[in-house]
Amino acid sequence: MKRVAVIVFPGSNCDAETLAAARAAGADAYFVWHRDTDLRQADVVILPGGFSYGDYLRSGAIARFSSVMGAVAEHARAGGAVLGICNGFQILCEAGLLPGGLMRNARLRFLSRPVWVRVEQTDTPFTCLYEPGQVLELPVAHGDGRYVVDARTAAELEATDRVVWRYVRDNPNGSTNEIAGVTNAGRNVVGIMPHPERRDAPALGGQDGARVFHSMEARHATQHAADVRAVDDRHLRV
Amino acid sequence: MSAFRVEVRVMPRAALLDPQGQAVEHALHALGFGEVARVRMGKHLVLEVKAASRDEALERARAMCDRLLANPVTEDYDLAVDGGATR
Repeated sequence: MKRVAVIVFPGSNCDAETLAAARAAGADAYFVWHRDTDLRQADVVILPGGFSYGDYLRSGAIARFSSVMGAVAEHARAGGAVLGICNGFQILCEAGLLPGGLMRNARLRFLSRPVWVRVEQTDTPFTCLYEPGQVLELPVAHGDGRYVVDARTAAELEATDRVVWRYVRDNPNGSTNEIAGVTNAGRNVVGIMPHPERRDAPALGGQDGARVFHSMEARHATQHAADVRAVDDRHLRV
Repeated sequence: MSAFRVEVRVMPRAALLDPQGQAVEHALHALGFGEVARVRMGKHLVLEVKAASRDEALERARAMCDRLLANPVTEDYDLAVDGGATR
């Protein structure tokens, strides 16, 4: 059973569904308020969707300086798994934990509808139970979803297989190379624009997103668990 | 210490699509302003900064832009202090 910290920022609004999806996959999931600095020995950290700080200045620009983000960066540096969904993806980009940035949708409209994404990489903590090339129907709900990255980094992302999901059928927001989700060089930090937590049960209209959470739960001991041991609430590096 | 007025202009990178600017451009054309060849749209922030000198105010404002006010991946910025423009 993985310990999963779901971070709550002022303006997060997918935190409850994300917690429920992690628990449905068998995880010991709990909320961590953005002012906390202790992730309580999390194996996995999830930054949920929403509109942290009202998206003022730029989506994710203010949230990324929240107290908790130091601990999230430390967890990521130690190889711990981190997932950012929608606003969480924007925050990870603003924090420099993922490359690129998310700008206003090419056709300006706020999009709230299903899209189709192809799973391009299955060697991440959040996609290991999918079949390579599997096409998923997942909802998007964003105004700033156009993934932008300079040409050199885009080429590097492609060459190093770091595009995790790609829009198929249509590119809803004008993202570079139809990118819907990416991972970092260490492949432990992952961001996705659509919402897997909103499609994890037939009652929600589909369960194409459930395996994101089952993957995280199924994945064998992370690098983080291997080189950091918790003793009496303290993390010891071994 | 004196107060300086620092104006920050943040613009989307020239190479990137600016759909907001395009929408404004189309609206201007629809109103008959056919002479408008291109519109780009950004943000304008006005900061009151306490500093010992103009250079210090500028330096601090630059640090603010690099850390928070502009995203180096997607945006460029210009600064002007007390009306005098400086790159």
